[in-house]
Amino acid sequence: MNIHEYQAKEILRKYGVSVPDGHVAYNSAIARDWAKRLGDGPWVVKAQIHAGGRGKGGGVKLARTPDEVRNIAREMIGMTLITHQTGPEGKLVKRVLIEKGCNIARELYISLVVDRNTSKVTIMASTEGGMDIEEVAERSPEKILREAIDPLIGLAPSQCRKLAFKLGLQGKQVGQAVTLLQGLYQAFIGSDCSQLEINPLVVTGEGELMALDAKFNFDDNALFRHRLIRDMRDYDEEDPNEIEASQYELSYISLEGNIGCLVNGAGLAMATMDIIKHCGGEPANFLDVGGGATIERVTEAFKLILSDHKVKGILVNIFGGIMKCDVIATGVIEAAKQVGLKVPLVVRLEGTNVEKGKQMLAESGLNIVAADSMADGAEKIVRAVSDLG
Amino acid sequence: MSILVNKDTRVITQGITGATGLFHALGAREYGTQMVGGVTPGKGGTTIEGFPVFDTVLEAVRETGATASVIYVPPPYAADAIMEAVDAGIELVCCITEGIPVLDMVKVKQFMQGKNTRLIGPNCPGVITPGQCKIGIMPGYIHKPGKVGVVSRSGTLTYEAVWQLTSLGIGQSTCVGIGGDPVNGTSHTDVLRMFEADPDTEAVIMNGEIGGSAEEEAARFVRDHMSKPVAGFIAGATAPPGKRMGHAGAIVSGGKGTAAEKIAVLKECGISVAESPAEMAQALLRIYQPSDLKVAAA
Repeated sequence: MNIHEYQAKEILRKYGVSVPDGHVAYNSAIARDWAKRLGDGPWVVKAQIHAGGRGKGGGVKLARTPDEVRNIAREMIGMTLITHQTGPEGKLVKRVLIEKGCNIARELYISLVVDRNTSKVTIMASTEGGMDIEEVAERSPEKILREAIDPLIGLAPSQCRKLAFKLGLQGKQVGQAVTLLQGLYQAFIGSDCSQLEINPLVVTGEGELMALDAKFNFDDNALFRHRLIRDMRDYDEEDPNEIEASQYELSYISLEGNIGCLVNGAGLAMATMDIIKHCGGEPANFLDVGGGATIERVTEAFKLILSDHKVKGILVNIFGGIMKCDVIATGVIEAAKQVGLKVPLVVRLEGTNVEKGKQMLAESGLNIVAADSMADGAEKIVRAVSDLG
Repeated sequence: MSILVNKDTRVITQGITGATGLFHALGAREYGTQMVGGVTPGKGGTTIEGFPVFDTVLEAVRETGATASVIYVPPPYAADAIMEAVDAGIELVCCITEGIPVLDMVKVKQFMQGKNTRLIGPNCPGVITPGQCKIGIMPGYIHKPGKVGVVSRSGTLTYEAVWQLTSLGIGQSTCVGIGGDPVNGTSHTDVLRMFEADPDTEAVIMNGEIGGSAEEEAARFVRDHMSKPVAGFIAGATAPPGKRMGHAGAIVSGGKGTAAEKIAVLKECGISVAESPAEMAQALLRIYQPSDLKVAAA
């Protein structure tokens, strides 16, 4: 799950990380009021969407007077912002962040991630703030500093100082860096992040350290213990089908093609997409019904696939371990009856209770093509869809 | 021989009174695994379907002589269940549970440093040595005793590889699902090292997927340290970047961890790569002649 920048900064404030004074606004009059309440200008007006690259797309602007804040906010709220991360359709701006501007002397980069190789949270820092870190990693990997954090000890002050000195910080900034980095680590642990990125971390003209932007990604598996973060979820920023899917604990991602897939297990679901492509078709989605799916969940999964109007055919590929084939069969029959199946359906079943499942499908009276293997299933559905023209 | 489990392995189920735990404990017993009991805190002293139930893992080990444990405990409590098993000195722990918070696993990994327990998973199907011992949720009948080792992150993709082998009359030594989480107990490389050392394993199928760099590391291990033929498949060539494909670990981020990148490294390291998931067994047969087929032909 992701959140907006203003929400990220609220979390950081709670952990004692220095961020610019600011407030979110949903309309231009309120934006102007907040500018006045925040004190002297200039102010920065920042469009709040879940995508990076906002500055280049016109989503970050400087204002000298409260009236200018209002005018900019009026333009931004309701505009469709297109950045390199939003795709060509862009994203609708519904809220803006009004922030006090600051003088920037230096821009640094800090992030925390769970490093899969060491199985530890690792802090990464670089003097190349404001840049895409992947670009820095590509061009000058020696500029990225790393410290692995012992989970039982936490981020040690000595590790923070080591980073601070290597980043070229001086005097009281070193102490500030220790406080700031430890605050970031606490925020990361305390809210179960999968990634936390501060880009840029600035040294102001007055010599203070401040997180100018903040991006959190949370571990979905841990959201059950973070009610306040769950409440920050902005459904407008997500694909409606993916939201629907998550309510039934289905793992669904919509794609560009026209062959819907219903599969159990993430690995097999990816492999099913791959084999459809290999046979000359294009998958319309990734859909993993999971190991413990009930008849209701399978029915909802099937309806979800059929609600995508691009879908011209469906491939069900089940290799039952936890999942029993008769449960899948019941769900498929149930859903096909409820929504009225109008596209070709190929079903490949293998695993626990496979004979029972196959028999139920055969006796259902529905127009279902049985497949003997994964390759057979993929070939049959690709042929059926291409026959439709 | 085989790796990790065999006919002498004595298994307890943590979470045995839950519906999933009990269902698979019964399935494993029916397959012939020595399922010797289970643990559910608060239900010690009772029995369920003939399995003695204990309050703690330590008690269960003392009473049953268990050497392995399988975990079906819900995600919020699963990390603690793993650490309890490690503390009780169990040799092998298979954690089937899906959805454990990553930071819980970071702590578990640190806790396990210097201890003698091997953890398989979490978020995995388990381990099976066909005809001897099945620990986990895989359907038993698709397997056949033999000489090919199988290792994969994904459960159902492991079944797919196994089924292709069995359908061609090729048996398996041991099949290991290491799980789809970013932080797990056992890596592809760990399993490959065991297969290389196992006299009963002649060849290996290794399946991977997008995200991270464990497959690349494993491929370099194959190149530098393995004498046995290895075939592989990487799932997720069609996955869009930045999206988590079901498994918490399966995400292409910053252009890293793509299928194309992994496939290139596998090929460079001499692994026979399947072009499609339907050709995993075929990819192995390109570089390996199975001894069980030679016998059948003779």
